[in-house]
Amino acid sequence: MTGAQILLECLAHEGVDCMFGYPGGVTLPLYDAIRDHQIRHVLVRHEQNAVFAAEGYARATGRVGVCCATSGPGATNLVTGLVDALMDSIPLVAITGQVSQALIGTDAFQEADTFSITRPATKHNYIVTSLKDLPRTIHEAFYLAASGRPGPVLVDIPKDIFLARGAYEPLTTIDLPGYSVRMEGDGVQISRAAEAIRAAKRPVIYAGGGIILGNATPELRDYVALSGAPAVCTLMGLGAIPTEHPQFISMPGMHGSYAANMAITDCDLLIALGVRFDDRVTGKLERFAPHARIIHVDIDPGEIGKNRVADIPLQGHAKTVIAQLNAELRAGGPVTPNAPWQRQVDDWKAEHPYDRAHAEHEIRPQHLMDEIDRLSAGEAIVCSDVGQHQMWAAQLLRFNEPRLWINSGGLGSMGFGLPSAIGAQYARPDKLVFAICGDGGFQMSIPELATIASLALPIKMIVMNNGYLGMVRQWQTLFYNNRLSSVELDCFPDVEKLAGAYGIKGRVVRDPAELAAALEDAIKEPGPFLLDVRVSPDANVYPMVPSGGAINEMVLGELTGARK
Amino acid sequence: MLQTISVLIENKAGALLRVTAVLASRGYNIESLTVARTCDPELSRMTITVNAEEKLRVRIIAQMNKLINVVEAVDLTESPSSVRELVLLRLESATLCGRILEIASPVQARLAGPARNGFVIEATGSPADLDSWIRSFPGDTAVEITRSGGVAVPLEPRILPTPRPVATGAGRALAEPVLTA
Repeated sequence: MTGAQILLECLAHEGVDCMFGYPGGVTLPLYDAIRDHQIRHVLVRHEQNAVFAAEGYARATGRVGVCCATSGPGATNLVTGLVDALMDSIPLVAITGQVSQALIGTDAFQEADTFSITRPATKHNYIVTSLKDLPRTIHEAFYLAASGRPGPVLVDIPKDIFLARGAYEPLTTIDLPGYSVRMEGDGVQISRAAEAIRAAKRPVIYAGGGIILGNATPELRDYVALSGAPAVCTLMGLGAIPTEHPQFISMPGMHGSYAANMAITDCDLLIALGVRFDDRVTGKLERFAPHARIIHVDIDPGEIGKNRVADIPLQGHAKTVIAQLNAELRAGGPVTPNAPWQRQVDDWKAEHPYDRAHAEHEIRPQHLMDEIDRLSAGEAIVCSDVGQHQMWAAQLLRFNEPRLWINSGGLGSMGFGLPSAIGAQYARPDKLVFAICGDGGFQMSIPELATIASLALPIKMIVMNNGYLGMVRQWQTLFYNNRLSSVELDCFPDVEKLAGAYGIKGRVVRDPAELAAALEDAIKEPGPFLLDVRVSPDANVYPMVPSGGAINEMVLGELTGARK
Repeated sequence: MLQTISVLIENKAGALLRVTAVLASRGYNIESLTVARTCDPELSRMTITVNAEEKLRVRIIAQMNKLINVVEAVDLTESPSSVRELVLLRLESATLCGRILEIASPVQARLAGPARNGFVIEATGSPADLDSWIRSFPGDTAVEITRSGGVAVPLEPRILPTPRPVATGAGRALAEPVLTA
């Protein structure tokens, strides 16, 4: 067998059914071998979109996403997506071709030092220097990508390795002396955590992406029910608790809910589950949950105490640790929730809910989200790009289950929405998939209309078009005296013609009265649909915690905000 | 006062770079670095001397421990350890050579051999003792100095994490949820 065939056998052994990629010179032997293999290759139109599509696949299923690129520019085009996956802890394996080993270091055609370039962009990376190392390397890559704190792993394979011939002997075990994964939480800390939970007067559950990644939703929901405490989910954790759950008070942080930010500020115990105290959540760190003791559950010991010292650190897998905690709580009899605290939180919730008003003369972004939400009913997969529309979607859409809300959280990569929807729809053909983009991010992704058309993926592409790079415009308005600079997107293609050029349907909607029907028509269409929704150009996302401020000092809207 | 971090790493291409990059990417300079194989040829021991305040050092060591090739990174600054360093000096004067060897100091110094127009002295001791020894040289001493950087060994036995081998494909079972339609 050739190295290329051995690689495909290893991928099949790891359960890979498809990979997203773009071929090139040094990967010719691989692309030749893939013709005869059951693994399907999805041809995207740019390598960056291969890695975003693999992320969409991974985020929607939990399985390791696989992407592939050639040497040099192919590999460097992966970098943004690798960092994106690293920031959001998404399990990925990236295969890159490299020039033959005899040419490495000679500035050969399409040579780049991929191993060095991607080292800080991955959880771990490899360059394969002999055929006998190939199976072990691939199996290690998959184990590292999926286990512990998941992340992207890159394997750089020189062309001579793809071409080399050898026997494939399946490997049964891998040995990584420097890598251990701790699943169970320390028993003493579990008892301390349970005591703290019982003693707390004003607890808040702060659940994040670790719950989704660790498939710990059932355990978390059990815990929410057992404790009776109000719960927030971070941007990465949406769906872990159903949006309409009475204890759920939405997202905390910069554009989080009033109730979430007030509850965190006032709480005496913060139960942090699979979160990393990100700056967009905490605002001014010294004033984040200033009265609270912290229980911090995380699989990555490097996260515990990184930004906020944990009073009760609990290293372990979210699913295992929360199950342990639930058992400990059950053994001690029911936890009595503090009724006045629950009432206080409900009051905050009622006092300043998210703005979801509609207007008659224009489509407000909130109106668009409301209509998408009506059609999704918390069940559709929503892949979002980055910006204002992402925040409104996070605030206003319901998610009944995990793995429905797919977005670029940590890195905030524009151009993520559409290609991630390709991966998600490919993985979940049974699901209604929306790609919600701004007019900025959508224009970064237009080449992928070809992929969508070619595969006839029935993605509902919704462009929330306000003619601006809205989030940057919002900051220029609020903090740069409305001196707008390079944020006006004054040219946007006619989407009927644009979509039509790819043989798919498209439509513009400007009239609020037509919005509901336009969306319904888009969904009725059996194939892909591109809907350009013209929304109010100058709407800002509120609440907003100004950068560096404490999270209880929110600007709640135009009337009370800085613009008044 | 400088601090000492001891790192046990897999003896693999690129492993050293991953460890030093944890410091470099945060803008921290490495004061000294030594690395060599241990009794186990698969593993190497690094001793890194840095100047980083404690809070930051804790974070740096946590980041090092996250690296796949790192078996263990520990802070030896506060824990009992023995730190030694080797210094090689080249001098061109026999008189000077004699004077330097006569300086009373905890440093172990001896003539290592001849050099062109002079001699080489080797000296070992704790980095601090070597510092003060070198400072006590006569003012007009023209020498060329090469220092190895500190090598450290903890004084207490340590139990190393020993992860067991895992089955290939094990990651799959960990990652995959049961999907609901």
